[in-house]
Amino acid sequence: MTEKALEMLRLLEKNAAYSNELLADLLNISVAEVKAIRNELEDQAVILGYQTLIDWTKVLNTELVTAMIEVKVTPTRGKGFDQVAERIYRFKEVKALYLMSGGYDLSITIEAQSMMEISRFVSDKLSPLDSVMSTVTHFILKKYKHDGVIFDQDNDHDPRMLVTP
Amino acid sequence: MSERFVASHIKALKPSGIRRFFDLAQSMEGVISLGVGEPDFTTPWSVIEASYHSLERGFTAYTPNAGLLALRQSICRFLDTRFHVQYHPEDEVIVTVGASQAIDLAFRAMLNPGDEVIVMEPSFVSYVPTITLAGGVPVVVDTYEKDAFKLSKDAVEAAITDKTKAILICSPNNPTGAVLTKEDLMGISEVIKRHDLFVISDEIYADLLYDDMYTSIASLEGMKERTLLVSGFSKAFAMTGWRLGYVCGPTALIAEMLKIHQYTIMSAPTMAQYGAVEALENGLSEVEMMRESYKQRRNYVVKTLTRMGLDCHMPGGAFYVFPSIKSTGLTSSEFAERLLMEEKVAVVPGNVFGDSGEGYIRCSYAASMKQLIEAMERMAHFIKQLTAEGS
Repeated sequence: MTEKALEMLRLLEKNAAYSNELLADLLNISVAEVKAIRNELEDQAVILGYQTLIDWTKVLNTELVTAMIEVKVTPTRGKGFDQVAERIYRFKEVKALYLMSGGYDLSITIEAQSMMEISRFVSDKLSPLDSVMSTVTHFILKKYKHDGVIFDQDNDHDPRMLVTP
Repeated sequence: MSERFVASHIKALKPSGIRRFFDLAQSMEGVISLGVGEPDFTTPWSVIEASYHSLERGFTAYTPNAGLLALRQSICRFLDTRFHVQYHPEDEVIVTVGASQAIDLAFRAMLNPGDEVIVMEPSFVSYVPTITLAGGVPVVVDTYEKDAFKLSKDAVEAAITDKTKAILICSPNNPTGAVLTKEDLMGISEVIKRHDLFVISDEIYADLLYDDMYTSIASLEGMKERTLLVSGFSKAFAMTGWRLGYVCGPTALIAEMLKIHQYTIMSAPTMAQYGAVEALENGLSEVEMMRESYKQRRNYVVKTLTRMGLDCHMPGGAFYVFPSIKSTGLTSSEFAERLLMEEKVAVVPGNVFGDSGEGYIRCSYAASMKQLIEAMERMAHFIKQLTAEGS
């Protein structure tokens, strides 16, 4: 991968809203080159999507409950953890799924409208899976930082004096 | 109070031209400032944390006059790996209160009344007054846009008299962002050696270089013994408020400078020094991240100003662009003042940095992208208005 493509990825990871024109200026290349790099990265599925980080707690009546579930599973012969992982990540409520080292096997991040809904997911969908041996559900009480962004931070406050030499 | 209580040479000293502009900007609401000569990043957290930790452990006493030995050792390792200059931490380094104090120490230790010091301009506002305060005579050598604001060896040679003692260079330069390459420095150092002069090299922006490898003049053959390398933590590590710099040079001169430092400052702040050790040992990846961000913003600002019709050379380092506003027919001060009053964007008039800065403005791109984009839109609107008035 070229240095410019890497630099573009680092920029888009921080701000997916950057336009091709702005990226061209920032990277000191032409808009056509930006488009070409972008197309290539999308075609290769290096760029998988462009999402917006939203603090839903600031939007009335839209707050979701998030839980992190530790799951112990029995791996399948020949397929390892992949088969059970696929059965879990296909549920639309599952926001993230990782295979972990340490005391448990899979870590699930799940979002739902209520605690009740999450508890139903665990009891009705997750626990009955043959491979699932045990689950521990942790509810998230407050998000301080997500994807490198600090919530509740006054980003507009600049402590510097207006003009300095 | 009677005027006799103020020394006449201090009364004769002009306050920095930046001050008046600061007062004006400060009195207004909703100003976007591109007038700030310091990073928009906060200090890397690990540095702040290391400083906290030093306080928790009760490290609140003076350090040795020259600074913590551990810090001087880190500085020497850093300069060796990064810029290939070797200094002894024991007797060739002083940790100072910002690079500015290092420059003050240098001139006070070096200059006899009437000694001349060659200074390139446009340049940082403190150089000329610091030389004057030390009893020296500043001899200004102008740099020009056509030479990408680089100091030429011929101009240096032409400014040399039998009273010349030293030359002060700053690369990358504030406000022009100009960088002296190895070839440029070799030319200048030949002149310096031929005339038996000394160099004060302000390298505070050395780590904010975007297109080339940095060369310190001290690393050139035969130059280390006639160079004071001045640098610090303010710019690259985003530590301006910590007030921590350093100076490296020949033992004999450093020992004399240390006497002044000892009697006037004692030692640089202890908690800042502990933070600085962490900065050098573990903070370089953050510097890399900041450098990439500055470079991108530099590209954006130069391209945008050029599209507006302002001539703007691509600066090689620091975080300033220095576009020409001559095409507008306004002076630097008129331009900056009107831009502030009409569009609420603060930039610094170029003449603040020396007479040769007239016709230019300094825009700092150490601002968030959101601020930069808004500032550029307002500036474009301002230029459009000016053009409409003119036609």
